[in-house]
Amino acid sequence: MFSRTPREEVKVNMSGEHIVKSYEQELNLLDAKIGQMGGLAEQLVGESFDALESHNPRRAEATVASDATIDQLHREIEEQVVSMIARRQPMADDLRQIISVLKVAGELERIGDLAKNVAKRALAISGENHPKALLTGLRHMVDLASHQLKDVLDAFAARDVDRALAVWRHDEKLDAVYNSVFRELLTYMMEDPRNIGLCTHLLFVAKNFERIGDHTTNIAETVTFMARGAPPSGDRPKNDQTSSTLIGSS
Amino acid sequence: MDMRPLPIETMHSDPKVAAQPARTKVTARDVNVFYGEKHALKSVNVDIPEKSVTAFIGPSGCGKSTFLRCINRMNDTVASARVTGLIEIDGQNIYDPKLDPVQLRARVGMVFQKPNPFPKSIYENIAYGPRIHGLFRTKAELDHIVESSLRKAGLFEEVKDRINDSGTGLSGGQQQRLCIARTIAINPEVILMDEPCSALDPIATARVEELISELRQNFTIIIVTHSMQQAARVSQQTAFFHLGNLVEVGSTSTMFTNPTDKRTQDYITGRFG
Repeated sequence: MFSRTPREEVKVNMSGEHIVKSYEQELNLLDAKIGQMGGLAEQLVGESFDALESHNPRRAEATVASDATIDQLHREIEEQVVSMIARRQPMADDLRQIISVLKVAGELERIGDLAKNVAKRALAISGENHPKALLTGLRHMVDLASHQLKDVLDAFAARDVDRALAVWRHDEKLDAVYNSVFRELLTYMMEDPRNIGLCTHLLFVAKNFERIGDHTTNIAETVTFMARGAPPSGDRPKNDQTSSTLIGSS
Repeated sequence: MDMRPLPIETMHSDPKVAAQPARTKVTARDVNVFYGEKHALKSVNVDIPEKSVTAFIGPSGCGKSTFLRCINRMNDTVASARVTGLIEIDGQNIYDPKLDPVQLRARVGMVFQKPNPFPKSIYENIAYGPRIHGLFRTKAELDHIVESSLRKAGLFEEVKDRINDSGTGLSGGQQQRLCIARTIAINPEVILMDEPCSALDPIATARVEELISELRQNFTIIIVTHSMQQAARVSQQTAFFHLGNLVEVGSTSTMFTNPTDKRTQDYITGRFG
């Protein structure tokens, strides 16, 4: 099921090794676990939409099931972080890494849940006939979200603030596609009330990918904090207008 | 030579305290210490704010205790030691030849690593300083000084029924608090503490740390400690020394979450090789 190999562990060039080797190993293990969780989350996001697109209930079921592994990793990371804070009393960059890992693990767990929800909806509408055109916008969203997620995980592994900030700024694009998918689905529902069931599911799918983008920007903020000791300054560019969009408005 | 002091930003959890800008109590400019040929402390510049706790951290032999001992001229007692540069308390040069070091040490008290009570009664341990400095007129006044000092040191309730017993009969933690009570009995302005908890168990350490945070309402405290956790717990400012240099000084919360200098980072995270 997890054919893709976990994200390669990027050796972080920090200020040298700890005198206590087991401490060093525990910190490396935290990064490795985030890499593994991130790889699984990426996979889940992609597969959830593949299952929807291909009307394949078995793929959808497999995707729903694989979220359990992400949850398990999340619990492991939480336990390890609590134990390390108690036993090691981490300081400075170690402290920031440990706190950041805990936060990123939480974001990845939420991303896993949202992807699982997409897979569940894929299962629910697998019998329905949905026109290809409707899925084009959603495909665009999932590609953008996956790309953003991959970039932010690489930025985390490399402590690359510039790359994290690029992810942070680019979420606007995902918002823009979400706005157009939202309008498209509204139009489709207005055309024929029989589309409402399907389109409502697709609307939630779109919303899930938009949320995944938001969680990705949270990870980008955490990466910035981890590397620099401060989160990004200023407001993140946002472009989600769906909260104020009405049927009939243009 | 760069003579500018490293900036100190003070962080207080109490907003009332934070609202007042910290006044500088101790100023050091280009302070160097030589032990014979050895250059033990290299051009230290720092401003220490009053009524707060400043911690000196660093590996053994980094100069932190040497600098601490400059502040009450304890290095005068070391024959080979030579101190250059300027140290001021409230703007007064403490190395002024006209200044009496004994009077200075009444203003700058010191607590040592190992509790060192006099082999006298608890009462006499406290009464000794006020006696030699003539700080009272009547026996009642002396009694009051002894009691209030013991109270401030959080020791009064524990020893009030055996105030005439020997101070050396107390536990290690009680002895250390007795030494702190003895220090504050002469009402100093600055209290220097050289690893005051390293001979104490964790509970006794917690008592002394609690005492330190109470004392900073009234005194300027400078503490040398090998325990970074202790520095993080008790101090508002932390200064990191390495190989005789003052590498970095800043608010304790910044120093322990996001230090600027790589040497500080390596030391506090346990990466020093």
